[in-house]
Amino acid sequence: MEAMTEHHHHHDHDHSELSETELRVRALESILVEKGYVDPAALDELIQTYETKVGPRNGARVIARAWSDPAYHARLMADATPAIAELGYGGRQGEHIVAVANTPELHNMVVCTLCSCYPWSVLGLPPVWYKAAPYRSKAVRDPRGVLDDFGVALPKDAKIKVWDSTAEIRYLVVPMRPAGTEGWSEEQLADLVTRDSMIGTGLAKQPVEAA
Amino acid sequence: MDGAHDMGGLQGFGPVQPELNEPVFHSEWERRMLALTLAMGKPGQWNIDMGRFARENRSPRDYLNKTYYEIWLAGLEQLMAERGLVSLDEIETGKVKLPRKDVPVLKAGEVDAMLRRGGPSARETSEPARFAIGDRVRARVMAPMSHTRLPRYVRGHVGTIELLHGAHVFPDSNAMGKGEAPQWLYTVTFDGHELWGDDGDPSVMISVDAWDSYLEPA
Repeated sequence: MEAMTEHHHHHDHDHSELSETELRVRALESILVEKGYVDPAALDELIQTYETKVGPRNGARVIARAWSDPAYHARLMADATPAIAELGYGGRQGEHIVAVANTPELHNMVVCTLCSCYPWSVLGLPPVWYKAAPYRSKAVRDPRGVLDDFGVALPKDAKIKVWDSTAEIRYLVVPMRPAGTEGWSEEQLADLVTRDSMIGTGLAKQPVEAA
Repeated sequence: MDGAHDMGGLQGFGPVQPELNEPVFHSEWERRMLALTLAMGKPGQWNIDMGRFARENRSPRDYLNKTYYEIWLAGLEQLMAERGLVSLDEIETGKVKLPRKDVPVLKAGEVDAMLRRGGPSARETSEPARFAIGDRVRARVMAPMSHTRLPRYVRGHVGTIELLHGAHVFPDSNAMGKGEAPQWLYTVTFDGHELWGDDGDPSVMISVDAWDSYLEPA
């Protein structure tokens, strides 16, 4: 089996041991269904929710609203959980959210060194790298090195604030609004807001990068 | 516990390797694993802190050699076996052997409401906060065998209270089945030099969220 220290996800060529895990999960599911502890249709609904409904597009809409509406921005920064609920997002792994805004002087980055805490309600499930050892170990010690891994360079005099999510507070980074987007609609702005820009391992896209 | 899960500051894991256009799941069994884990929260036989402890309470070798959802699988198997819901023997033989326990089951149509409800950890308290924003505090030196959320890399170090979050369920107690025992929760910020000495970057600030009993005045 691939170790999380060396590789970040399974590849299809890991025949033998991948299938061992696969078989075990299948056996587990069969037993749980047979004993009536799980409803297979509910399992499908759970998967569908995180594959199609709850993902970083939610967070991008929050950020686009904050960029567009100063009063909303103020509410988001003062108490993010109800502000995010205004757009219909909340619940599991987004019960207590704090928004942290980037400025030219300060860049924010979010990590969970102890496990994989992540604001599911606005970003969906975390990417593999977020849950893996390289990021969890390095973010609190060398965040500039992490940004370098992502190909992101900050101005030399910018400070970095790393938020280690050790409790049930979930942090959402509000990236800086790119220049040259005056008059853009929220829908257009949301296309510039990447998942990584809301974790703090990236920046919002520039207008020329917009699809 | 001081296990391999407590990774902050460890070196040698190499660069972060982002995956372009990463899918939500990398295989079917990961999909099933996520869903099984969430669905098995419904019977209410354990809490989130017990779940975290079940995943991290293993040898560093085992923890580091497992992928993320393999750790979830191992954690779920252990939680269910301890409570007599499903035994390892049942999973390995594929045959039901233990009698079914009468527990609530997550039904189709209930998923959305369950996810929307979530599991808030904030609790009312009449206790005043011991610290105020700007107070200097030291993270206690501790090394419990049981679950804790105070990472090793801040223990013994001095930081500043940055945010107050009200009272929250205390994981160290909740994970052990000793009750929620809510305590005030704070964001405590340290600078890179305080945590890593001359090898740290003084232009970097690092915060953790720390419960009251993790802290002492500095």
